[in-house]
Amino acid sequence: MGKVYKTAAEALDGLCHDGITVMSSGFGLCGIPENLIAALRDSGAKDITAISNNCGVDGFGLGQLLDTRQIRKMLSSYVGENKEFERQYLGGELELEFNPQGTLAERIRAGGSGIPAFYTKTGVGTVIAEGKEHKDFDGETYIMETGLKADLSIIKAWKGDAEGNLIFKATTRTFSPAMAMAGKVTVVEVDEIVPVGSLDPNFIHTPGIFVQRIIEAECEKRIERVTTREKTS
Amino acid sequence: MSWTRDEMAARAAKELEDGFYVNLGIGIPTLVANHIPDGMNVTLQSENGMLGMGPFPYEGEEDADLINAGKQTITTLPKSSFFDSATSFAMIRGGHIDLTILGAMEVAENGDIANWMIPGKMVKGMGGAMDLVAGVKRCIALFDHTNKRGESKFLKECTLPLTGKNCIHMVITDLGVFDREHGQKRFRLRELAPDVTLDEVKTKTEANVVYE
Repeated sequence: MGKVYKTAAEALDGLCHDGITVMSSGFGLCGIPENLIAALRDSGAKDITAISNNCGVDGFGLGQLLDTRQIRKMLSSYVGENKEFERQYLGGELELEFNPQGTLAERIRAGGSGIPAFYTKTGVGTVIAEGKEHKDFDGETYIMETGLKADLSIIKAWKGDAEGNLIFKATTRTFSPAMAMAGKVTVVEVDEIVPVGSLDPNFIHTPGIFVQRIIEAECEKRIERVTTREKTS
Repeated sequence: MSWTRDEMAARAAKELEDGFYVNLGIGIPTLVANHIPDGMNVTLQSENGMLGMGPFPYEGEEDADLINAGKQTITTLPKSSFFDSATSFAMIRGGHIDLTILGAMEVAENGDIANWMIPGKMVKGMGGAMDLVAGVKRCIALFDHTNKRGESKFLKECTLPLTGKNCIHMVITDLGVFDREHGQKRFRLRELAPDVTLDEVKTKTEANVVYE
């Protein structure tokens, strides 16, 4: 069985279950796996722990899984763009663990790299440090953070081949390479599946070993804040 | 007259140096990019994964795959590079970024900063702010000196949950500039905005600051 699947639903077949931990790529709405999020929603899996920098916006991205009450817990660094999130969180229906963005990225990178924990200065002296081991190195205090793994990582890439080699476009890369490493199974949706051998091996961002399943799918690619400048003649 | 938002950003831009790698926070700090002196080579980092941030695109040229950390559409420059989040925060946490300019809800006289949550209100999250204040070589807080009720935001001690401890090196507000360079414990008043009196600053500053 090769890595290439036809649809998002087929690519997630047999992988989703209640209580699953899922990593989902992207920053804001940039670089999110739109089709795989929709397939995860349609799988009906409940009590999901979702690890993602943000939680989409109302009704889009991971926000869709809030509407259906499929997410039990979120690990994120910023969730400010989502009213339904706020309502469920303040109502005690949704658990939330904030991680500083760099700590979140490093926890995922570590988890996928066989590193169970590491020390960082980020968050020392703040609520983030409460209950965590403190240790001094060269006269400075650090806190211990643990690596993160997932049952399933769903990520978005630009181009990929049947071996699972991936390249990302512009600022869509964000958490994807680390999440691909940290997922027990990593499923990718790409704008374009290209023939094996057509990606220059010098410029592959994520090597195929980290990818188990891949689909080609079209994304809507919503923009959160269209910002432009005036043309000066 | 105290400084406007744009004048505050212009004053902060005077802290830039040729060759600097800089991360600008959301809000007034973003305006600092408009005041980089001509001919000065400053590279802006956006923590979602880009070095060498270009200006906003012209209408019709927006690319959904190319945004800054404030989720605004942007463009590249010839020197730009892209990378993943772990690499981005290796730049920040590894001490490779020369300067960050951040907004603040409160700054304390010991250099503590609070800028990510107000208890009892919806908590949006710290994003990359805790990483920036912990890892960047020099941190400048750029904020209005008082809140809407006229109360000082430059305090003896922060009342809000901290973003970082003892990490702010310079404070720039609409009233003036305060710094505590060279390992000094306390901030010293360095500059007043035009027509702002020492008395006004003293009245509006709760922090124990050196005035002379």
